[in-house]
Amino acid sequence: MIVADRKKVPEIRDMIKDHSRVLLVGCGTCVTVCLAGGERETGILGSALRMALRLIGRGNVVVDECTIERQCENAFIDLLAPRVKPYDAICSLGCGAGVQALADRFPNTTVYPGVNTQFIGILEAPGVWTEKCAACGNCRLGEFVGICPITRCAKRLLNGPCAGSRDGKCEIVAERDCAWQLIYDRACALGVLEQFARIAEPHDWSTASDGGPRKVIREDQCIAGLGPKA
Amino acid sequence: MADREPIILALCCHYCAYAAADLAGSMRIQYPESVRVLRLPCTGRVEINHLLLAFEYGADGVIVAGCLEGGCHFLEGNVRARRRVERAKKILAEIGLEPERLEMYNLSSGEGGRFAQIVTEMAERISRLGLSPLHSNRLHQERELGGRIIQEEAIPQGETK
Repeated sequence: MIVADRKKVPEIRDMIKDHSRVLLVGCGTCVTVCLAGGERETGILGSALRMALRLIGRGNVVVDECTIERQCENAFIDLLAPRVKPYDAICSLGCGAGVQALADRFPNTTVYPGVNTQFIGILEAPGVWTEKCAACGNCRLGEFVGICPITRCAKRLLNGPCAGSRDGKCEIVAERDCAWQLIYDRACALGVLEQFARIAEPHDWSTASDGGPRKVIREDQCIAGLGPKA
Repeated sequence: MADREPIILALCCHYCAYAAADLAGSMRIQYPESVRVLRLPCTGRVEINHLLLAFEYGADGVIVAGCLEGGCHFLEGNVRARRRVERAKKILAEIGLEPERLEMYNLSSGEGGRFAQIVTEMAERISRLGLSPLHSNRLHQERELGGRIIQEEAIPQGETK
């Protein structure tokens, strides 16, 4: 899932303080699971913002909250449309995709981000989320026994560890596991260590985000005659 | 202190603090009248937004009073409540309100005297900090502003509030 964390209240307060009516929009998908922008967090932020605004003499700014199922899909954003009209600004607690989807759908309403989108990751332990995927567009997990060195090695090394691997830990962050130690241990356990005798090819970054926004198209799912939306 | 009395909300667990407050009354122990006791099935019922709403609606101080650690009737409700109180205190500090206005206490149902002591301690703290700058009749204020008309509109299907 996409992992995010909420921006500090003063930062959001300063973004919205010159508006008269602001709607906080939570998202019921990834940011709900990572406790950044779901229904509960949206309620907490709404309350905190109203108080923060009153404390700087902007108590006249109306801040309301609502949460939709998914901010990155138009079918759900449509359900929000009737509520947005009376507001001159939206603060989205969705990920960056959600914020932009709302901005696209409501061209006459200012849209602000309420969270900082961090990475694609998993819940490692209660309250701890860890990055697992760099979304490079060219998955090679099969070569590395299911552990991604591009995401989990600080130096993105594809052919074994650097000299900074000490006792299974990374030299960049002492408590972080060395990805190559994990790969080695797992390869031993699976009995496939010999596959690492072969040099791994340099990574093809042409599929990553460096070339601008990417697109995935399924022709059979496109509406006939319209083709993929430009 | 000011032109009004402070308001301290005490969120009390049914099994301990609420019974202790009851006992304090039976024992005729005096404690500040500024406290408003709200009974909960367990302090684990307290969410961060409950704590923030109390301040938003004008509470000058909030006490969360649960069972002694290890003595929760729901195993760890009071431990969870303490974590939420800590988180809420951080949010209060973020917005510029003194986090000392909120505190978690643990006590048993036989401690009527301690309940009175806790309330007195918080009343003294509020007296030192001053009344909350957020105190106002929020609903009245909203009516003056034209009301939150949006909330009264029907919520479209599939959308939650």
